[in-house]
Amino acid sequence: MGYDLKMRLWRGDATGGELGDFTVAVEEGEVVLDAIHRIQATQAGDLAVRWNCKAGKCGSCSAEINGRPRLMCMTRLTDFAESEAITVAPMRAFPVIRDLVTDVSFNYEKAKEVPAFAPTPRDADGRRRMQQVDVERGQEFRKCIECFLCQDVCHVVRDHDDNKPAFAGPRFFLRYAELDMHPLDTNDRRELAQGAAGLGMCNITKCCTEVCPEGIKITDNAIIPMKERVVDRKFDPVTWLGSKIFTRGDTAQRDEV
Amino acid sequence: MTTPHENASGHNPDRHPMTGNVMSSDSPSEPHGFEEHTYDVVVIGAGGAGLRAAIAAHDAGAKTAIVCKSLLGKAHTVMAEGGIAAAMGNVYADDNWKVHFRDTMRGGKMLNNWRMAQLHAQEAPERVIELEEWGALFDRTDDGLISQRDFGGHRYARLAHVGDRTGLEMIRTLQQRAVALGIDVFMECTITEVFTTPADEGGRVSGAFGYWRESGRFVVFHAPCMILATGGIGKSYQVTSNSWEYTGDGHALAMRTGASLLNMEFVQFHPTGMVWPPSVKGILVTESVRGDGGVLRNSEGNRFMFDYIPEYFKSETAETEEEGDRWYDDKKNNRRPPELLPRDEVARAINTEIKAGRGSPHGGVFLDIASRRTPEFIKRRLPSMYHQFKELADVDITAEPMEIGPTCHYVMGGVEVDADTGASKVDGLYAVGEVAGGMHGSNRLGGNSLSDLLVFGCRAGLNAAYHAERTKDTARPQVDGDEVKAAAQRALAPFSHEGGENPYTIQHDLQDVMQRLVGIIRTADELTESLKEIESLKERTENLAVEGHRQYNPGWHLALDLVNMLTVSECIATAALERTESRGGHSRDDFPGPDDSWATKNLVLTMPDRANGRVQLDHQPLPVMPDELKTLFDTQSEVR
Repeated sequence: MGYDLKMRLWRGDATGGELGDFTVAVEEGEVVLDAIHRIQATQAGDLAVRWNCKAGKCGSCSAEINGRPRLMCMTRLTDFAESEAITVAPMRAFPVIRDLVTDVSFNYEKAKEVPAFAPTPRDADGRRRMQQVDVERGQEFRKCIECFLCQDVCHVVRDHDDNKPAFAGPRFFLRYAELDMHPLDTNDRRELAQGAAGLGMCNITKCCTEVCPEGIKITDNAIIPMKERVVDRKFDPVTWLGSKIFTRGDTAQRDEV
Repeated sequence: MTTPHENASGHNPDRHPMTGNVMSSDSPSEPHGFEEHTYDVVVIGAGGAGLRAAIAAHDAGAKTAIVCKSLLGKAHTVMAEGGIAAAMGNVYADDNWKVHFRDTMRGGKMLNNWRMAQLHAQEAPERVIELEEWGALFDRTDDGLISQRDFGGHRYARLAHVGDRTGLEMIRTLQQRAVALGIDVFMECTITEVFTTPADEGGRVSGAFGYWRESGRFVVFHAPCMILATGGIGKSYQVTSNSWEYTGDGHALAMRTGASLLNMEFVQFHPTGMVWPPSVKGILVTESVRGDGGVLRNSEGNRFMFDYIPEYFKSETAETEEEGDRWYDDKKNNRRPPELLPRDEVARAINTEIKAGRGSPHGGVFLDIASRRTPEFIKRRLPSMYHQFKELADVDITAEPMEIGPTCHYVMGGVEVDADTGASKVDGLYAVGEVAGGMHGSNRLGGNSLSDLLVFGCRAGLNAAYHAERTKDTARPQVDGDEVKAAAQRALAPFSHEGGENPYTIQHDLQDVMQRLVGIIRTADELTESLKEIESLKERTENLAVEGHRQYNPGWHLALDLVNMLTVSECIATAALERTESRGGHSRDDFPGPDDSWATKNLVLTMPDRANGRVQLDHQPLPVMPDELKTLFDTQSEVR
């Protein structure tokens, strides 16, 4: 059942690097990360690779496998022909630290820029009430495991590093949308999403949705509705006034941040 | 406030070109020649416990840092699936802290620290509601309250949850809260030493030493309080649900610093881990599958758990399949199905079935929810499990049964702490979460871990901050420069050998020893042999060699983690050999039943002399429960 797999792994650092050839014995049912671990244990002890759960739940082992952004732990070897060499390279949108490990601090900096959740006061009995149907929209976005593959594939930053300061990327559009759709939040972040976070730069090519390992409909369910909400806010004075006087179907009254 | 990447003096001699991390300097003007930071409280670990502790310490006014081995948000808490146990009474109004307390103590076979179990049951509901305050979106009841699900050993549906990805929700909520508060986070930074003042100066915590994984450069923290929140030890076993981080760092740091560990013989093997294909062996299959109606069957199609109901749980467990099935809808008039006995009971039963030749084709047993619930229900309640089996094993759990078997999941043992504050025996050293001992006794109930992290994370964070505040007018304990140099030398030692042992090979051999000889069923002979094997592995680690250089070098990182794994493994085997009975997560083939003379005793492990690294074991009486709590239990024998 097992066979010898040919792998090409990018090795190097910030100053440069190249693909190195490896041959490694693999077994039935294994994933790309298993093969890389075996190379690490037997051929290249210092091969740098980031991973944690090995079950598709933590989003650490993102890389580009035969050119496609994927999680190494969820990419099965049976997706490839036994004769095919599998090439693994670090995510291209982020600077390389070493080998397959990239510097993803861009994402952690962007996370700091999102104004925090600011809920309404609790109910009189000290609890909060929300209906399942109202939390489900946000729950879809909170499935995000922060693998940053959507950030990696987004051409706004993938090919234009200079856009990074003005563009938070799909992962954070999810976050803005999640908070905007939260039944109890009191902040209105639409202006901020459009302006500082660069929502307007997204031209909905859906690349992010395609690579999301959690199957989150980033474009359809978060980005497009968020763009529509921004438009409501900007161009419809009645909606705008309504949102100030009444609420937008939310329990909460929102204040622009 | 300084940022994580500025040193105490605000002087940044040498920054990493990409991350801006301050690099160590060899300049004589820098004390010790390393990057340095000063805080009131340093939290080691950024899972649920570490994040909750940091938030609490920060809220109490302490200058707080979080130091973690991985990126923020990747810690093992993210893997928790089922939920957070808290007697909120949203689904069953009869539920309250006393029922939760009783369930917890009985699940731990009464070896729990009663005070921890009490605080845990009392405070968990508020800690859960607080998460909502910070943005968590739990599943709801029809009334709009937080929904609660059934789990093993819990009398009522009690687990607050989000589908089967509750841990992700919890860690993301805490992470986002910590970020919103502006708490400093040192990511991918591993602590290898906690420093204390000499014994004749009180042996107080003075700081810690670590390295940036990214660059391999060293960093020194000065702080009078350290909170260990490093999680567990599961990476010492071959079949485990735990990630690479689970190398017992906090357990070993505590031992070396002069603190004590207890209950280390109690290791939880989760009954349901994946068994096939081999590369996913050990990956967790949530208990929610059984909580939501799944049943266990052997190769003959029998629900074998009905044959394994222990006397201790007979009065609260269903006797027939019909009664068990009715229980899901009517808990008043029916008892729990035996699939939802505590984890130790279920794991042992599965182990016995497999050994008796009634296992599944790949050496497990069958976990079946497909024949009992609709595909829609399964996909809504267990989306991650559906995805996990589909992607990794080509199994559609809505159409066919899963194959599962026991997997090393959790260590009940840990640092001996004061129940109310989380303080260890070392002045300024706290421990919280899986690295702390006592709360769960000999066996932890599912769902009680996430609540443990929140309740005691909050308590330890506050108390560490108070400790820093109380001592702020006295001179802070100073880090000894010689100790820093020694720490650096120890960290670099693996680079100085050539042609020595491969750390990956030693780790593999250790995992083999622990799995084979200190596993789910133990004997004196095998435990004795394991200690010999561990001793020889320790000798081999003297001669570890790693290739390459210090920048992001996993071989080197493993070489340093191995020291901790060996210390902890020795503790487990030593305590397991001493405890000549079977109780909870410790089963002895040669002493198959519980023994009353062991019912009131903890085994305590210390390392009196760091230089030789020997582990010392002592017996210690269990804290005695006050009479008003004893009345919650049916009989005197149950209390004991």
